[in-house]
Amino acid sequence: MDNSTQGPLVARGMGRTMAHLWMILGVIIVAFPVYYVFIASTHSVQTILRPPLPLLPGSDAYENYRGAFSGEINRIGGVSLWRLLGNTTLIAVGIAVGKIVISMASAYAIVFFKFPFRMACFWLIFITLMLPVEVRIQPTYKVMVDLGLIDTYAGLILPLIASATATLLFRQFFMTIPDELLEAARVDGAGPWRFFKDILWPLSLTNVAAIFVIQFIYGWTQYLWPLLVTNSNEMNTIVIALKKMVSFADADTPWNLVMVTSVLAILPPILVVVLMQRWFVKGLVETEK
Amino acid sequence: MRRTVFPHKLLPWLLLAPQLAITLIFFYWPAAQAFRQSVLREDPFGLSSQFVGLANFRKVLNDPAYLNAAQVTVVFSVLVAFFAMTIALFLAVQVEKIVRGKGLYRTLMIWPYAVAPAIAGMLWLFMFNPSFGTLAWPLRQLGINWNPLLDGEQAMALVVAAATWKQISYNFLFFVAGLQAIPKSLLEAAAIDGATKRRAFWTIVFPLLTPTTFFLLVVNTVYALFDTFGIIHAVTSGGPGKSTETLVYKVYNDGFVNLIMGDSAAQSVILMVIVISLTAFQFRFIEKRVHYG
Repeated sequence: MDNSTQGPLVARGMGRTMAHLWMILGVIIVAFPVYYVFIASTHSVQTILRPPLPLLPGSDAYENYRGAFSGEINRIGGVSLWRLLGNTTLIAVGIAVGKIVISMASAYAIVFFKFPFRMACFWLIFITLMLPVEVRIQPTYKVMVDLGLIDTYAGLILPLIASATATLLFRQFFMTIPDELLEAARVDGAGPWRFFKDILWPLSLTNVAAIFVIQFIYGWTQYLWPLLVTNSNEMNTIVIALKKMVSFADADTPWNLVMVTSVLAILPPILVVVLMQRWFVKGLVETEK
Repeated sequence: MRRTVFPHKLLPWLLLAPQLAITLIFFYWPAAQAFRQSVLREDPFGLSSQFVGLANFRKVLNDPAYLNAAQVTVVFSVLVAFFAMTIALFLAVQVEKIVRGKGLYRTLMIWPYAVAPAIAGMLWLFMFNPSFGTLAWPLRQLGINWNPLLDGEQAMALVVAAATWKQISYNFLFFVAGLQAIPKSLLEAAAIDGATKRRAFWTIVFPLLTPTTFFLLVVNTVYALFDTFGIIHAVTSGGPGKSTETLVYKVYNDGFVNLIMGDSAAQSVILMVIVISLTAFQFRFIEKRVHYG
């Protein structure tokens, strides 16, 4: 996509120069909030509280980040930065892997087996698209309490791994596998597990990567759910911890450390998107079909 | 349906079991409960409840606070969808005029997608914080009495900006894909006929983008309605007053902070109807795209 295949709108001369200027302006607007918080994370509290903020990184970067990682976040967040990053990573990876596993299994059952209520099961999964947590918030919370899932990793991960979109995507992909492939495998005596492991899984890898990127971001950026099902600081994700730091801010709030936490809350998912861009774009476009 | 399948009878159920269990326990059961509670009213001690028909709905729909939240939601969603789509379309058209550097621009444009909505809100709050925000400072110098924590309209502007900012990258990717699918020959023909670029855009490019635009309209509406809870919660908590209290924020607030169950359930059911209509609309349209596209 990145090579210079000439699109229908390609301009010449002035038009193209203007387009570059507009794009540079667009990139500045898009990047500025993140650049701003990064710059703020490299200055002292005094500098941050005396606007305007310098436009270049300050000399307190090492000091701020070292402090944040060696326990100063405990003071304002009640729990270490390592724990916050660990929790969030565990939840994001857990959700992404969980979604991939259960939706691949469901799609496999629906496409490669014949059994009563096959399509009813598919629709049952599909309709969950129309039931986001926001529309069933109170009763879902009650289920969590009844099952003792409040303040547990299982509670943070399990209810979010049902995935209509991933099931739909795998189903569509599995349906493109030619019948001959399955027939040949069966002639060779391969059972469902062998067929999956040796043939289907290797063919599915790009789809798996695409879904992983999208769902990792989904897991990392969760907000309402962790807000509902966690009370203890120990279970906070970095996003929730940051929100608590900001809303209990007072004259003594170490804003430099809040800025460091913000940078670390933003950086991992951005790295995933930028480094896995090819799969990210594929995943984004395909899960929306 | 495939011609060849595996003959197992029990295995498919085992494979489906985890996903079905999760959807039944965490989706269908609570959704059914929301419907049930929406027609019941509990006594103040939560000991007994009685069937009240649509009384909860009548109460909610006549509540000025709810109507205010509905109005806030419409204003917020229209502004976010409009700005996020217009800016993204403009930038997508610009990037398509460029030959070299497209990939770099795309990389630089897409990553706000990875920023959590709540954090997007906080980033904008940092920049425009009335006491230390660098961008609040010039507003002050211009004589604007900038304080989004006290002024409802300014608070709305701030959450709209944050929500828009986060959504631009998503729309940008889809508009770029839509623009690349437009046949070059049509634009060349228009150029031969002497149409100006502007005219060619509005008479050829924009109409051909309609499927993408419609799709994004639904996605952006759903985003503005539901996914922006984090922005509102983190930046304004619905305030000042109730000037940024959206429907989703209110359902959360009534159910968890004010603990009014019947009302909260009725609000949930109303939201459910909104999502179902939007999703149904989206799928009807997507079916069309599959048929003709």
